Amino acid sequence: MSQVQLNQSDFEPLQVDHSDAEKIAGESTSYWKDGWRRFRKNKLAIFGVFIIIILGILSFIGGPISGQNYYQNDLMNANQSPSAEHWFGTDNLGRDVFARTWYGAKISLFIGLMAAFIDLVIGVIWGAIAGFFGGKVDEYMMRIADILYGVPYLLVVILLMVILPQGLWTLIIAMTITGWINMARIVRGQVMQLRSEEYVMASRSLGASNTRLMFKHLVPNTLGPILVTLTLTIPNAIFTEAFLSYLGLGVPAPLASWGTMSSDALPALQYYPFQLFFPAFFICLTMLAFNVIGDGMRDALDPKVRK
Amino acid sequence: MSKILEVNDLSVSFDTYGGDVKAVRGVTFELNEKETLAIVGESGSGKSVTAQSLMRLIPMPPGKFVNGSIIFKGQDLTEKSEKQMEAIRGKEISMIFQDPMTSLNPTMTIGKQISESLIKHQNMSKKDAHERGIELLKLVGIPTPEKRINQYPHEYSGGMRQRAMIAIALACNPKILIADEPTTALDVTIQAQIMDLMKELQEKTGTAILLITHDLGVVANAAHRVAVMYGGKIVETGDVDEIFYNPQHPYTWGLLGSMPKLDNRDEELQAIPGSPPDLADPPKGCPFVTRCPFAMKVCENRMPEYTDVSNTQKAACWLLDERAPKVEIPESARVGGTKVHG
Amino acid sequence: MAKYLLKRIGYIIVSLFFIITITFFLMQAAPGGPFASERKLPPEIEAQMNEAYGLNDPIHVQYFDYLVRAITLDFGPSFKYVGQEVTDIIARSFPYSLILGAEAILLALSFGVLLGVIAALKHNKFGDYAAMVIAVLGISVPSFIMATILQYIFAIKLQALPVARFESFAHTILPAVALATTPLAFIARLMRSSMLEVLNADYIKTARSKGLSSRVVTYKHGLRNAILPVVSYLGPLVVSILTGSFIIEKIFGIPGLGNEFVVSVTNRDYTVIMGTTVFFSVLLLVSILIVDLIYGLVDPRIKVTDKGAEK
Repeated sequence: MSQVQLNQSDFEPLQVDHSDAEKIAGESTSYWKDGWRRFRKNKLAIFGVFIIIILGILSFIGGPISGQNYYQNDLMNANQSPSAEHWFGTDNLGRDVFARTWYGAKISLFIGLMAAFIDLVIGVIWGAIAGFFGGKVDEYMMRIADILYGVPYLLVVILLMVILPQGLWTLIIAMTITGWINMARIVRGQVMQLRSEEYVMASRSLGASNTRLMFKHLVPNTLGPILVTLTLTIPNAIFTEAFLSYLGLGVPAPLASWGTMSSDALPALQYYPFQLFFPAFFICLTMLAFNVIGDGMRDALDPKVRK
Repeated sequence: MSKILEVNDLSVSFDTYGGDVKAVRGVTFELNEKETLAIVGESGSGKSVTAQSLMRLIPMPPGKFVNGSIIFKGQDLTEKSEKQMEAIRGKEISMIFQDPMTSLNPTMTIGKQISESLIKHQNMSKKDAHERGIELLKLVGIPTPEKRINQYPHEYSGGMRQRAMIAIALACNPKILIADEPTTALDVTIQAQIMDLMKELQEKTGTAILLITHDLGVVANAAHRVAVMYGGKIVETGDVDEIFYNPQHPYTWGLLGSMPKLDNRDEELQAIPGSPPDLADPPKGCPFVTRCPFAMKVCENRMPEYTDVSNTQKAACWLLDERAPKVEIPESARVGGTKVHG
Repeated sequence: MAKYLLKRIGYIIVSLFFIITITFFLMQAAPGGPFASERKLPPEIEAQMNEAYGLNDPIHVQYFDYLVRAITLDFGPSFKYVGQEVTDIIARSFPYSLILGAEAILLALSFGVLLGVIAALKHNKFGDYAAMVIAVLGISVPSFIMATILQYIFAIKLQALPVARFESFAHTILPAVALATTPLAFIARLMRSSMLEVLNADYIKTARSKGLSSRVVTYKHGLRNAILPVVSYLGPLVVSILTGSFIIEKIFGIPGLGNEFVVSVTNRDYTVIMGTTVFFSVLLLVSILIVDLIYGLVDPRIKVTDKGAEK
């Protein structure tokens, strides 16, 4: 052995405190904190959040700052190209496209948010009840959901739009009548999985009531997947609304959404492509933004994806 | 006995977001023909990385060879191209993995998975490979192999899958079989069967086995020699009897102490407190210093060199220095006779 | 196998029964619908309707009549076009939709899988980013906007392809591409994550340890397993192509079933709406059954028998 200069004192026992040896290395972070940290690192998702915030603000102040309104017909100035006066040009009735775009944003975003919200409420309640009680209750509730799920979503929406009187709320109702099923399935799956876990057993053995258990323990723990689904429901609703507009089943005038604006611009596409460009661009941008936010949230919050 | 594999001062690192993780830090050992060498250590000790490095199965990047050589048949495997390695894998050196549930392709019949290497390395026809596959399944003790060969992995039980894995690994009569925790995922009763099978097959075929495990109980019956790994280094190596009856390194004592013994029913199992060192920032001195009950000041700053205990046994511990206080092997680590250090 | 098939077909029949029942009663509730009393119809159609549906019979008799007719795929006369049977309309228009749909499915599958595999193999490199940018854009641009963009660029500006109608293969290119965009992007993402997962699987390491070349490992061992989620996406894919066809056929003026459905919706041609809805449902339920059978063939762990899965 090579004898480097070592003193006898080097061979004295080392005073090590072994008591903290079992301490877990690294700061333990909460689920949400950790999720937020991951999400923040995802540049694309942050970009999506900014886009949505900007679109949201513009939907309120866009009309006023241009000094135009969305409903004023001006047939003398119809189909104008973008100019200093009409930033996005005018449509076939001479209405200012810029003002209409932000008015449309309000309607489109409202439809998206509202549909997502209703899906959330029905889906969470349905899924949580089915998943929590299990057994027969679960079987019947999910059988109903399965039958509704078997029919293509858009087909159902179209059929409902044919029967119901046209209107903004009709549209939202039609979209949510089967839209909640997806949410219900996800919540149920999560609840089923979680309710067998130990902390639920522990609370139950301590005498917690069912309702308390369901909302205090289970729902917060299923929040991650719910949030992701919610975020992806919004672009889907905006898409559906635009789709229906193309079929002439969108929101009726004088309401205007990006969908109806695009659809109205179609006949004159060859001559005034910009009339289609603006609403179509914002549909795509919004869907893009919500999609990247949804992806970012899934990566940040889904325990299966986290590694 | 002649050396078949020589690993010299091998260092392997992984480039991660948290920095360079030095998983293997200068490991040296050799494997002789027809022998079983066990590499023992807890998870994170670098034993699996060492095993997979021999086959060059570490994804590179992020993994990389920092230093050292792996000499097989006079050639350094660390310098081989991927194409050249393909000719060695499965033919000269093959490997079985920990979890037989996930290490077989679920969408391919067992027969096809055996035939593949036969067709590749021995230029067999499909038909011959199929026949040989049946023989191999019979060899590893799978009943009605003619029927079983056309089944998919999910139709096999866990133990049978590991047998099938062994059949795949032995298909081309390799010189070396690397078994990476081959019994960890199996039931205790099945574990013994698989170890017996490997021993029996080794006697038949003369394959050298490198057994990677964290379970000293498995080692006692199966291995000829043992290398104990900790913190990316081999801390002690010796014949199996030396390691069990005359262990020198406190970590080996810890491992032996944490092993259940039949004769001592009242005695509690001794766990080794603490957790392995962070290899992204490895300690300057002995990696075991934070968990070692006999740690001295010198241990913190200087990695001990190997001290030869016998012709076959050596350990890297400052306790073996003549200036160190004499420490007896703790009662819990005693499998056989007592011996005093120094 | 036979028992499984029978069971599945049983489920299909039950689902269809529900769908037919629901559409029947929805149409009953429709204002100015075929069963409403204050209809304003040309007398010829009024007479035909009466003959076909027995409109003066009580509701339950009408319902059972409709059910019996629906089973034989007889949906009565069109509500708007004198002398046209709904069945004839379907038979005439469906082939167009079938060709277009098949092209789009082929396109979405082949390019989606290709893009996903490239992305996975070039993980975190340029190829991955490029493929995923295409995929995210594909998901964000709705098919009808894609259709208009394609139409504007390739037909109107470049005049390289026909604007509309369905007369030759060239006519089908733009609509098929538009129809395939979203599912293509979806498949690409699905394929990428599945391929990444599979490439990290233990059996890939086993395959490499056998000395197989990386090409064989990737394609023979990796792809076969990675493609399973895509196979299970085939059902939703058919749905997506089918509902997408409503709008794409309208934009490109293709006389397919999707377009007929849209026209019937705008015209409130209730019998055609009901007929096509039931037809679409049959189509979907059958294709989902076929997809499940294919899945059983591709994944040996899923046994399409009543033997009960070993697990």
